[in-house]
Amino acid sequence: MATSQTWLLRPFQERSTQLFLGVLFAALVLVTFLHLFMPEDSALHVSAYTVTLLGKYLCYALLAVAVDLVWGYLGILSLGHGAFFALGGYAMGMYLMRQIGDRGVYGDPVLPDFMVFLNWQELPWYWQGFDMAWFAFIMVLLAPGLLALVFGFLAFRSRVTGVYLSIITQALTFALMLAFFRNEMGFGGNNGLTDFKDILGFDLRSDATRLGLFLATGIALAVGYVVCRAIVTSKLGRVSVACRDAEARTRFLGYRVERVQLFVFVVSAMLAGVAGALYVPQVGIINPSEFSPLFSIEIVVWVALGGRATLYGAVIGALLVNYAKTVFTGIMPDAWLFALGALFVLVTVFLPKGIAGLLQKRRQKDDDQPGAQEATA
Amino acid sequence: MSIHRLLARMVLAVCLALGATLANAQAQTNAPEALLKRLVEAGQAEKTDLLKALSETGDERARGWLEAVRDGKLAMIEDTGALVIVVNNRGRNWQIADALTGEDLGEMSRRDLQSLRVNNALRADIEGILSVIDLTVADPGQRLDAARNLLGEVNEALATQLQARLQVEDNGQVRDMLTNALAIYQVEQGDVEAVATLSGSLNPTVRAALNNAVNSDDPALAAAAEKALASIEQKLKLNRAAETLYFGLSLGSVLVLAAIGLAITFGVMGVINMAHGELIMLGAYTTWGMQQLFPGQPGLALILSIPAGFLVAALAGIAIERSVIQYLKGRPLETLLATFGISLILQQLVRTVISPLNRTVVTPEWMSGSIMVNEALSLTLNRLYVIGFALVVFAGLMLIMRKTRLGLEVRAVTQNRAMARSMGIKATKVDIMTFALGSGVAGLAGVALSQITNVGPNLGQNYIIDSFMVVVFGGVGNLWGTLIAGLSLGTINQLLEPWAGAVLAKIMVLVLIILFIQKRPRGLFPQKGRAAEG
Amino acid sequence: MSIFEQLANRDQVFEFLTPVASPVDVRHGPILYMEDVSVSFDGFKAINNLNLTIDDGELRCIIGPNGAGKTTMMDIITGKTRPDTGSVWFGSRHNLLRMNEPDIATLGIGRKFQKPTVFEALTVFENLELAMAADKRILPTLTAIMTAEYRDRIDEILEMIGLQALRDKPAGILSHGQKQWLEIGMLLMQKPRLLLVDEPVAGMTEQEMERTAELLTSLAGKQSVVVVEHDMGFVRSIARKVTVLHQGSVLAEGTMDQVSNDPDVIKVYLGEEA
Repeated sequence: MATSQTWLLRPFQERSTQLFLGVLFAALVLVTFLHLFMPEDSALHVSAYTVTLLGKYLCYALLAVAVDLVWGYLGILSLGHGAFFALGGYAMGMYLMRQIGDRGVYGDPVLPDFMVFLNWQELPWYWQGFDMAWFAFIMVLLAPGLLALVFGFLAFRSRVTGVYLSIITQALTFALMLAFFRNEMGFGGNNGLTDFKDILGFDLRSDATRLGLFLATGIALAVGYVVCRAIVTSKLGRVSVACRDAEARTRFLGYRVERVQLFVFVVSAMLAGVAGALYVPQVGIINPSEFSPLFSIEIVVWVALGGRATLYGAVIGALLVNYAKTVFTGIMPDAWLFALGALFVLVTVFLPKGIAGLLQKRRQKDDDQPGAQEATA
Repeated sequence: MSIHRLLARMVLAVCLALGATLANAQAQTNAPEALLKRLVEAGQAEKTDLLKALSETGDERARGWLEAVRDGKLAMIEDTGALVIVVNNRGRNWQIADALTGEDLGEMSRRDLQSLRVNNALRADIEGILSVIDLTVADPGQRLDAARNLLGEVNEALATQLQARLQVEDNGQVRDMLTNALAIYQVEQGDVEAVATLSGSLNPTVRAALNNAVNSDDPALAAAAEKALASIEQKLKLNRAAETLYFGLSLGSVLVLAAIGLAITFGVMGVINMAHGELIMLGAYTTWGMQQLFPGQPGLALILSIPAGFLVAALAGIAIERSVIQYLKGRPLETLLATFGISLILQQLVRTVISPLNRTVVTPEWMSGSIMVNEALSLTLNRLYVIGFALVVFAGLMLIMRKTRLGLEVRAVTQNRAMARSMGIKATKVDIMTFALGSGVAGLAGVALSQITNVGPNLGQNYIIDSFMVVVFGGVGNLWGTLIAGLSLGTINQLLEPWAGAVLAKIMVLVLIILFIQKRPRGLFPQKGRAAEG
Repeated sequence: MSIFEQLANRDQVFEFLTPVASPVDVRHGPILYMEDVSVSFDGFKAINNLNLTIDDGELRCIIGPNGAGKTTMMDIITGKTRPDTGSVWFGSRHNLLRMNEPDIATLGIGRKFQKPTVFEALTVFENLELAMAADKRILPTLTAIMTAEYRDRIDEILEMIGLQALRDKPAGILSHGQKQWLEIGMLLMQKPRLLLVDEPVAGMTEQEMERTAELLTSLAGKQSVVVVEHDMGFVRSIARKVTVLHQGSVLAEGTMDQVSNDPDVIKVYLGEEA
């Protein structure tokens, strides 16, 4: 039992969180060092390309943590978290789009290129304000948060759970994908938003900005991890687990299950939005394919591989699967979907607790030998 | 015998002979052949009359000649004056046939041929004459087409002919059409009475004529036409509604087909099979494969595909059940993920082994085309077949679940597994059979879908979310619910489409379902009671 | 008194300002009052014109054959199932039919399920912690701190249910009887005014049963307890007043002796308890 005063500081007293943060910061420092101070012809040099690639992985890791929070601790298998990720990404994309200013192909000082191309005369109302960074960054949290709030309110109020909820979340992201494909929506249709120039005044193509974004993503992951951990180790976290395992019982204890679900779901959606917002400037594009049901369900398999209800497992899973994806699509692109499909099957059938489950089993074995009494970390 | 008498007789004989010859000559000029001859030499003004006379001879060859004249293919060999029809006028040498006998005369240099000249006025006249000829053929279908062609084309001369024709026509539909054709002419002439005749017709030409009449100077005529148009508009609306309903039912029956297998595996067994769409795809590819096996016999291949598609998908289903699903019993979310993985593998398998591109599946002749209900409404046959097929599959499944031993055992196992086992039911076997049944039905859906959409690796993916929506909307575990949900979702989608567009309609339906589940979390036809609360 | 005078009067306590903690009005006797309640599932009448009154501080046993509607009755009281007709009041102020499960639980009705339901992934201690009477809204729950006072309260209950040794073990490893006890303990942590206990001694040893009986009888007086039980021996050992349910309505009511001599009851229970 941790004995902390404030819920937000509680995670720092856990060994697992200390270890996670230690490894993460060590990795960030190492990559920065290898990128900046190793000569380019050295085998140890990390190129700007690799830095951005790692930054992308870290975005995915944060997204996986968000999914693990709702799946692992609340028992809600969301097959639509890609939607929150994409909404955060679009909010950021809209800011970056406005930053282009008159440097676009058509040179319009206000309208993004695709609007000029569609013969739009003025900026739609929902694009207003995105020229200001603070507004856009708030929207990164608000847009996915609001969607999660409305959707979650409707779904949880009527006690839609389990597989039903999963399928409806999938339908949600599918509907959004169809919607964002439409040019009339004003989000660039098929092509999405791209051709970004700079962020907060820094050139997106410069190596320094890329390193900065990578580090920012690392810090966001750390913060996101600590926030999730804090929720999970609080009494509310235990109530979440209670909702997951015996919803009716929790209700008869006087907890409003639907509000617990809604709170955690919205927090998770916001984290996913942040991940999306950091992802867009690093890959340089956001388009409706991020809404595709396949992407959302892929996130779930990262978490499943890493081991759910651990948070760090989600990070491990996201990094491993995405690294494998990069390697596979490089060597034999056709085989990737086979590998991914097989991964789904193998993990669920043979590795229900994921990699984290394997680690825990080993640690338990180790602990048993020296006669460890304090098994609670 | 006196010389007088002899002379008299001789004169008489000569006279008679002369008379006969004269009469003969007269007959000769009116014979089809002669008319045709005269046609070549006649001036433009005379030609119409000659052609009309030609048609009135009742000669079977008249139609061919008229068409040849219209197409400028009647020609005369300059040397002999013989009339020929040009069969092929490409190149320097034209292939010709005897106009009178139809005998093939081989090729001849075009310089030796003199074509009959026609102008547009004459062509129009010929069309009119041809229609009148067609009005006399034996087949009522052809007569109807001919009468339809006459709508709006009637002139004064034709009007009298049509009136005559009306007296002898015995087919009701043809009569109506002729009456309409005449009425259009009469309305054009300012006849107010005739408007009433037209008021029920859905034909676009009729509407055009009435629209003209609305702008007429005669206020009585204009008012009458307006009224008639309004009543036609009303009828059209009804027909459009019927058409939307048809499209809706057709889309709905596709949804039912896609979802009904799921209603078995998900609804009855509680197994979430995300690879269901790929089982549909396998059914569709089986149809394609059968057509490769029986080239040139798409109908036979399609009929054989029905059992084959069922079998292929059912076997695939058994393989999935045995290899994965049985190990994930009671873990629905994991089952969902694992079967999703299988769906990825199956898709990629088809892409690698067959092709990432769409394959063409031929629609057999008896399934193509459409049934014309009236001028404004025609139903495409393939969709009609799919609707029928969906209903048959549904009825079949219903029978299996309600009347067979398997159905009984399935219901027993799903309601209380332990109890069913203790009563000697082999639960594992029932699982396999049920899953095979649901999967096989997905294969059947694929066979049907191959007739109305593209067969490609993504076929199943496009239907999986819709299928789940149908099952959830209808109420899990309820086959009737699936049927009604599928049909109504299809219809709603079609109703929304005209004013929202296809994509938006789809989005709206999805949102609608999400909202609906607010009100009825257990679907249209929920299972009630303590057991259902879980 | 005009509204202004009311506002000026410092002693005036408006109804909306009164604390929600002890709102149950039992001045008129009964704590639970069910009248003409009926509910049916797909045409099957699970509860049929049920009338039931539980007095404040009473210990009431409810018996009845399978399908008599005992569990459905509890579902109705706790807000899980809405009846088709009838009214259900908690005290004389709260219409339970207008409230949902958490509200009813917060108001002071605790329920133990027929099948013991504890949070298996959480430790025994954590199970009791969640059950503890506290502000159960989101943010207070998020920032809740485990104080020494709370810990003492939990330990007190732990001792009462005899699970101190298993304090930090996951509830999933408990035996069936231990789970029953843990659930009763959770019920006590809630400090309810009315306890609904569904088959508390199923799967318990003779000894455990005795302790349960002791516990339940000791609760009566301070709290009202409704026990649904099949085990007639157990019922006899604790019962003061027994209600027999049959086919969704009350068949007989009285002391155990009165009830077991009732000819209707004997007919229903023929072969079981005659």
